[in-house]
Amino acid sequence: MAKADIRISVIGGGLAGLMATIKIAELGHKVDLFSLVPVRRSHSVCAQGGINGAVNTKGEGDSPVVHFDDTIYGGDFLANQAPVKAMCEMAPAIIYMFDRMGVPFSRTPEGLIDFRRFGGTKHHRTAFAGASTGQQLLYALDEQVRRFEVQGIVTKYEWWEFLSAVLDGNQVCRGLTAMNLRTLEVKAFPADAIVIATGGVGSIFGKSTNSVICTGSAQSALYQQGVKYANGEFIQVHPTAIPGEDKLRLMSESARGEGGRVWVPKNKGDERDPKSIAETERWYFLEEKYPAYGNLVPRDIATREIFQICLDGFGIGGGNMVYLDLTHIPAETLNRKLGAILEIYEKFAGDDPRHTPMRIFPGMHYTMGGVWVDYNQMSNIPGIFAVGECDYSIHGANRLGANSLLSCIYAGIVAGPAAVKYAQGSARGETLNGLHEAEVNRQTSINEKLKNQRGGENAYKLHDEMGKFMTDHVTVIRYNKKLEETDAKLQELIERFAGVDINETVYWATQALPHARQLYNMLLLARAITLGALNRNESRGAHYKPDFPGRDDEQFLKTTIATHSPEGPEFSYEAVDISQIKPRARKYDVVMGN
Amino acid sequence: MADTINLKVKRQDSPEGGSRWEEFTVPYRKGENVLTCLMDVQKNPVTADGKSTTPVVWEANCLEEVCGACSMVINGRVRQGCTALVDKLEQPITVQPMTKFPVIRDLMVDRSRMFESLKRVHAWIDIDGTYDLGPGPRVAPGIQDERYVLSTCMTCGCCLEACPQVNSRSSFIGAAALNQVRLFNEHPSGELHKDIRLEAIMGEGGIADCGNAQNCVKVCPKNIPLTDSIARLYRETTWYGLFSWLKK
Repeated sequence: MAKADIRISVIGGGLAGLMATIKIAELGHKVDLFSLVPVRRSHSVCAQGGINGAVNTKGEGDSPVVHFDDTIYGGDFLANQAPVKAMCEMAPAIIYMFDRMGVPFSRTPEGLIDFRRFGGTKHHRTAFAGASTGQQLLYALDEQVRRFEVQGIVTKYEWWEFLSAVLDGNQVCRGLTAMNLRTLEVKAFPADAIVIATGGVGSIFGKSTNSVICTGSAQSALYQQGVKYANGEFIQVHPTAIPGEDKLRLMSESARGEGGRVWVPKNKGDERDPKSIAETERWYFLEEKYPAYGNLVPRDIATREIFQICLDGFGIGGGNMVYLDLTHIPAETLNRKLGAILEIYEKFAGDDPRHTPMRIFPGMHYTMGGVWVDYNQMSNIPGIFAVGECDYSIHGANRLGANSLLSCIYAGIVAGPAAVKYAQGSARGETLNGLHEAEVNRQTSINEKLKNQRGGENAYKLHDEMGKFMTDHVTVIRYNKKLEETDAKLQELIERFAGVDINETVYWATQALPHARQLYNMLLLARAITLGALNRNESRGAHYKPDFPGRDDEQFLKTTIATHSPEGPEFSYEAVDISQIKPRARKYDVVMGN
Repeated sequence: MADTINLKVKRQDSPEGGSRWEEFTVPYRKGENVLTCLMDVQKNPVTADGKSTTPVVWEANCLEEVCGACSMVINGRVRQGCTALVDKLEQPITVQPMTKFPVIRDLMVDRSRMFESLKRVHAWIDIDGTYDLGPGPRVAPGIQDERYVLSTCMTCGCCLEACPQVNSRSSFIGAAALNQVRLFNEHPSGELHKDIRLEAIMGEGGIADCGNAQNCVKVCPKNIPLTDSIARLYRETTWYGLFSWLKK
């Protein structure tokens, strides 16, 4: 039986949200779980390559200490070190937990969990289930949550969208408001603590590798209510995506982990069939420049190299694509280890990557920044916790491959009990004087305004404009002038938003009204991301400015914190915990020991 | 290929409401899929004959055929909208909601019965807790390979849509849920609670309702050997039925 004393809401049903839910439920407390979609369809399903943990079953001398160092170094020293260390120490146990839940991890002949290599490390540290590890891990947690649902401990609110936190006069969280995506009913849900697990912000960039539900709208709503948003400017652009009309489909780093090689023809504009281009006429530029890591340099570096090669005119046929080649690996091995992602490529690009090199280009992939949290995953507003991709901790200036699933689980494991402890100590039962009703009224009036608003603007077109500017100017290469222009554009779009007509006459299950709300929130968060990038005059991890090519620890070894004001984001900075590993130059082009 | 695409979409404003067809002409772009056509309608919700209408409602998340959201009937065949490439489809492209689930609006249907079935068949491993209890049981690579394919089921509902035994007069849970029984019964720890799952599919709406039409396996976007799973469970439930009767 669930204990009736406290009530906690979790918003988001991906890996981080489900893990937090399970931890709270295991402690015997009821959880209200909110999700835009059936939780089994959350974006975590898209993670392909695997989950890191220094289990060291390959006799390579791997350990959590090495994993910790790789993660901090890979993140260019911007992550606070204490939680990263704790995560790396917990990683083997996290993999074993999933093993016990029945995840079909790929196996060694002895029946042990197999591990593959990933970027930014020299060790086989990544456990994987074929090439759809995220799907398998998400399903495992979904199944465990379903057990608690059957027992009446977890109540799911699927097809509900988070709108805002309910804050009292002391800026303490007392619950949330959410909107039923079928009836558009806005309702308040009192809670002693809420855990936000709403993922990344890919939709702000229009096309990305993210699911279309990854808008960042919830984070932005909280930011507008006073939650601090940290390191927003750190956006990971994945080196290998399949360009598409609707999205950039990820081609997992595991393709390179299993031996995939990136190359371009040595002759500019060479449009011959890649199979007829001789080995001597191919330029394996990553292997040449980074002999120690080769094709497995961290993502920020691989992305910039591919981007630059194309800028220099070496892209396939002079365009914006390079080859990712697996054809030297036996098809049987590829099917076993990478089957799922090769099928994706085949289905969308029409070529069989077992026999034809894939054509890929970088695409926006991961949000390193996010809601500022303390070491218990609590934001600056008491009672609001954040976990997973929507929080800023762990990955610093660049995330290593296969650390994202791990960080989701780690955050959920920390936040669950922390939220329970917080809720038990919070002041409950006092009269809240219509606090919840007032917030419901505020949110309902936003809906009414959008329903009645007329004008010549289409929200989906404005969304396209935002995405294009953000992708062109706030991803791989950043210039201050372009960042200023982008912010001006965002302000223009915010003004034009007042002229949006949602073209809807039927409000039952409409997607137009929720989309318009999301768009407004995205625009405000996009400003925090863009101006954060403008202010950081250095290059670190994924943030690269040709005009400031070096890392500047003296001025910028600090966390960017954006706070909302009616005039726009206000910025402050916080020192980074570097107590255990002293910052050193980050160079993957020379052979270095750890 | 022309520079526009003709699209016919079956519209329905509410679960109770009647349906109607609307035609759209949208711009053609190489490599696009049915969902990008629907996105174009969102940006310009005007029918082919110039009447303004509402944006089409549909379900989609990942757009790379792993979340299972965007199942719909395209040119008469149930499949995922994201992998329905326009270049490979005859025009006009007809798009309608699945018919075996209640329509919510337009192409969006209510598949909650599939998630309820997962509860019924005990589709989970009964772990003692999420605290550190060391690794799970060793698994032979062959068993893992077999289970991996089964575990890629994304609850998309195509197998239910194609199944003649799934209809308004039957309570058949369908191939997806049955496949989950095999998935968990083949895991060394899942096997410890095998009987609970077998019993769950021996009652009304269970395995006996399968009519062996084999449509499920033909439409499964993930090529899961659904009919193998059902055949295997057939044998197991038969044995289980015999032995549990002998035990009584």
